[in-house]
Amino acid sequence: MPAVTESLDTVQSVTQSGYKWGFSTDIEMDIAPKGLNEDTIRLISAHKQEPEWLLAWRLNAFAAWKTMTEPHWAKLHHAPIDYQDIHYYAAPKKQSGPKSLDDVDPTLLAMYEKLGIPLKERAILAGVEGTEDAENQRQQIAVDAVFDSVSVATTFRESLAKVGVIFCPISEAVREHPDLVRQYLGTVVPAGDNYFAALNSAVFTDGSFVFIPRGVRCPMELSTYFRINARNSGQFERTLIIAEAGAHVSYLEGCTAPQRDENQLHAAVVELVVMDDATIKYSTVQNWYPGDAEGRGGIYNFVTKRGDCRGARSKISWTQVETGSAITWKYPSCILRGDDSVGEFYSVAVTTNRQQADTGTKMIHIGRNTRSTVVSKGISAGRSDNTYRGLVRVMPRAHNARNHTQCDSLLIGNNCGAHTVPYIESRNSSARLEHEATTSKIADDQLFYCRQRGLSEEDAVNLIVNGFCKEVLKELPMEFAVEAQKLLAVSLEGSVG
Amino acid sequence: MREQAKPLEAVTGAFLARYAQQPGDCDARAEAAELFRAGGLPSVREEAWHYTTLRPLADAVFAAPRADAALLVSQLPNIEAPRVVFVDGRFNAALSHPPSGLSVRTGEPAWGTLARPETEKLVALNTMLAEDGAAIELADGVDGGTLMLASLATGGAFHPRHAIRLGRGARLTLIEVNLGSGAYFNNPVFSIEIGEDATLTHLRIQQEAQAAFHLSTLYAEVGARGTYDSFLLTLGGRLARMEVHTRLAGEKATAHLNAAQLLGGNQHADFTTEVTHDAPATVSRQTVKNVLTGHSRGVFQGKIAVSRIAQKTDGYQMNQALLLSPDAEIDSKPELEIYADDVKCSHGATVGELDSDQLFYLRSRGVPEAEARSLLVRAFLNEALDPIAHEAAREAMEGMIAAWWEGRKA
Amino acid sequence: MLEIKGLTATVEGKAILNGIDLVVPDGEVHALMGPNGSGKSTLSYVLSGREGYEVTGGTATINGRDLLALTPEQRAAAGLFLAFQYPVELPGVGNANFLRTALNAIRRSRGEEELNAVQFLKLARAELKQLSMADDMLKRNVNVGFSGGEKKRNEVLQMAILRPKLAILDETDSGLDIDALKIVADGVNALRAPDFSALVITHYQRLLDYIVPDRVHVLVHGRIVRSGGPELAQELEATGYAAVTAEAA
Repeated sequence: MPAVTESLDTVQSVTQSGYKWGFSTDIEMDIAPKGLNEDTIRLISAHKQEPEWLLAWRLNAFAAWKTMTEPHWAKLHHAPIDYQDIHYYAAPKKQSGPKSLDDVDPTLLAMYEKLGIPLKERAILAGVEGTEDAENQRQQIAVDAVFDSVSVATTFRESLAKVGVIFCPISEAVREHPDLVRQYLGTVVPAGDNYFAALNSAVFTDGSFVFIPRGVRCPMELSTYFRINARNSGQFERTLIIAEAGAHVSYLEGCTAPQRDENQLHAAVVELVVMDDATIKYSTVQNWYPGDAEGRGGIYNFVTKRGDCRGARSKISWTQVETGSAITWKYPSCILRGDDSVGEFYSVAVTTNRQQADTGTKMIHIGRNTRSTVVSKGISAGRSDNTYRGLVRVMPRAHNARNHTQCDSLLIGNNCGAHTVPYIESRNSSARLEHEATTSKIADDQLFYCRQRGLSEEDAVNLIVNGFCKEVLKELPMEFAVEAQKLLAVSLEGSVG
Repeated sequence: MREQAKPLEAVTGAFLARYAQQPGDCDARAEAAELFRAGGLPSVREEAWHYTTLRPLADAVFAAPRADAALLVSQLPNIEAPRVVFVDGRFNAALSHPPSGLSVRTGEPAWGTLARPETEKLVALNTMLAEDGAAIELADGVDGGTLMLASLATGGAFHPRHAIRLGRGARLTLIEVNLGSGAYFNNPVFSIEIGEDATLTHLRIQQEAQAAFHLSTLYAEVGARGTYDSFLLTLGGRLARMEVHTRLAGEKATAHLNAAQLLGGNQHADFTTEVTHDAPATVSRQTVKNVLTGHSRGVFQGKIAVSRIAQKTDGYQMNQALLLSPDAEIDSKPELEIYADDVKCSHGATVGELDSDQLFYLRSRGVPEAEARSLLVRAFLNEALDPIAHEAAREAMEGMIAAWWEGRKA
Repeated sequence: MLEIKGLTATVEGKAILNGIDLVVPDGEVHALMGPNGSGKSTLSYVLSGREGYEVTGGTATINGRDLLALTPEQRAAAGLFLAFQYPVELPGVGNANFLRTALNAIRRSRGEEELNAVQFLKLARAELKQLSMADDMLKRNVNVGFSGGEKKRNEVLQMAILRPKLAILDETDSGLDIDALKIVADGVNALRAPDFSALVITHYQRLLDYIVPDRVHVLVHGRIVRSGGPELAQELEATGYAAVTAEAA
């Protein structure tokens, strides 16, 4: 098994205790004073040594945000967010940027090790070299670790650089590849798109930048880990991935967070651009702190993720397993502009205790012969509410558009809710759209059958839940699939009976 | 005759006039007026009106009512049954044939108990301005046979208010027909209470004039083992919305809300339903078919809500749309809101054009293309009529579908 | 060995088992027959611990252990296997995965070492071969899209892999043709051993031509009213249940 999963396994041994990553680290932090105003934004921009055009872009976004109001149409109830009561920038104190891993604060490195993130290239390589298992193709994973707003180190730069792949923190990309960033930033999710995108555009502090040049198949899977640490700091990542004609890349995103009392805001923006014959596969296994059994203190996750299939025969595939967050508001979407372009959305969303999720996808068919596939599996337990909200829109010139959507809900226990709200809009007569939704529970018969065969009730539930999610889990890169299954098991602990 | 002023402006004036004339039900009307004054017509920013804008209604000017309603009677479907006829919102005894065995009272609005003017603005409008309606009541165990409730329109804006009550074990087939000529606004509200073990079969034909507005809101509450079985055929109106709120209040209550919407030209028709399962072992079924030609726009919003106590609910919904022209548009939002775990709920939606394999099959057997299309479209629609048990009504509707298909301009 | 004494049980308040006394010693196969509604399936559910069945009196032990005090999975670990009359479907759950998980759970509870994927596959394939079943049975999802006969054969496959000490076959023969019947019988017979016992619940005598029982018991109105050797089954075949039922009344 790759180093990543091995370390995670050690951390996440199957115990009965609560959230396993619930610790925080005391490191000297450079924290901006609470509040959101032009000064905060200038501070962030200055700290990151950004060019004038980017500061102007941020300020425009801020101006737009001030004119907008928080959206309230989703099926979510939460305490009002005081946007002035948040630290918008927290970076570990440093003299100057780390030139190599030796320059990184050792406490930080220790924390990453605790989390199971392999920052040391040597560690990864050792892990890779140790492979004997013929059945598993060992994958190299390049990791760009983000610690509370600043990417600390990036590994595997050299191998990627050899083929021209750029994978670095976005703040670095702004300095090293400003033209590229400027060409694409905000072209898929404009600052004025929605309330949280505007907020993000104004105060984003870091995220990943990926550029795959023409015809290149990225030689390894790219991954980023996130963590929110500072009290009252929200995290606003901005990720931009560009795949030029004929390029292919698989990107993994997984997150953890510590236990806190105050709700923490997470408003990320992810923009994907694919040109002719290019593919981006974006996988997320999310493990944000969901709040305690009473729903207090969890992460608020309001994310805008969108992919623009600009080229002909381009393809974007979103796969997500969401089991954390007190509140989830996210709709990874695909704009199918190019002829013959393909959009896919595979999702498992689990809510327990008092979590609320309002999530789904938007597939906009614009070009000819476009295709979209949506498979959404929602699992509700405890007193949670789980809503699938999806849009399939066929524009007038989207001849021969095809969509197949399958939304299934699994209810565990009688105090939760499962809801499906699909919007199906077609303005082209040659389009063929199919949508199906079902609701079910784990039948007593099924549970008894498994138990009679020797499985504990817990194991039986996990088995059946995994069967329910199989179609989605098989879309995940292998390492993630294993983590995802464990995550599902941990999330549903104690929810039956 | 004066030209009718724009509805929104007319509202205030008309209300003040009514206020003076009908002191008896002042409070309900006054309250409704307040609600309407505060909110106005529903806008597209409201989730429930996401796909249907009422701008054309706000801007419309309606012709004055005419005296030739009697001519319209010949357009009623050929079904032998007693009938209660309203002309421009007022009961017309001359054109009616009253039923026996069940009580039908007219002359004033039949308020009913289920309407919610506080949530539905058009119902607030109706509450303010209703002048007449039918109060239909069946005592326990009565079989009321078939009754036709017809609305003939020639002009103006009117707000009929109907209430129907079926006692325990009672049965009735109600054929509701809406037609007219000219430009007018028909805004009926129905409050329907179905007692235990009772069955109401409600066949609804909306065939308003091409320049007319039809916005109907219906509330139905079904008692234990009762059934509300309804079918809607939408053919007319330039802007139509049939909104149905059904509550399955007793164990094993059943609701069928089927529909076929046939649109062409610049028509816009919206079928919005909500079925609330509020008791165990309740059943709901919906099959909705849309055939859209020309520049028409069809909307279907169907919500199935299952409350916590409604275990063993069985809810199923199927929505199909055929787009036969490049400028037609369909918007569909089948919604599930589930709070009970031991339920069987599902919905399906398909949008597309005629199946090319099926077309080819027919043509390879010698059927010319135009006829083959016609055959397939009518088969698609007639399937929706399958559940209609009332022979005469079904035949009449098959005829209307055929006529629509022949007469349409692609 | 299974020992039942004075077992009474109700379902939804209705008394179905009215005092069952039954001993199935190690190494023996007993048949339980009876008219519809006599309580045959109820007995199998009560012994395996299904919810909705309330024991109102009596005891049941497996090799001396109090069966009724255990959860369903604990009873499985104690060596009990119920071949269901209507095996349920588990969408998305692979047969191989399911069986390995179950086998390892049982092995774990007995302090035995668990099998990894490769070891398990070897074991499973051997059993499949014995039962003349195709390999692809393992790849399919548990009972999803299986014909009636395939479901029953899947039950037998599970039994062969899990190696129970006490197998209860609840009308395993219903809906099977002769060939499928033989496969099922072969599977059960292959398990016969000095430490294995089985209770074959059946309505018809036919299966008992292939699984020849050591004793036959007749269940009427929740009580065993007659017991005898294998010839009792043939007698019932000839005369029907009416006589026995009348006798018992």
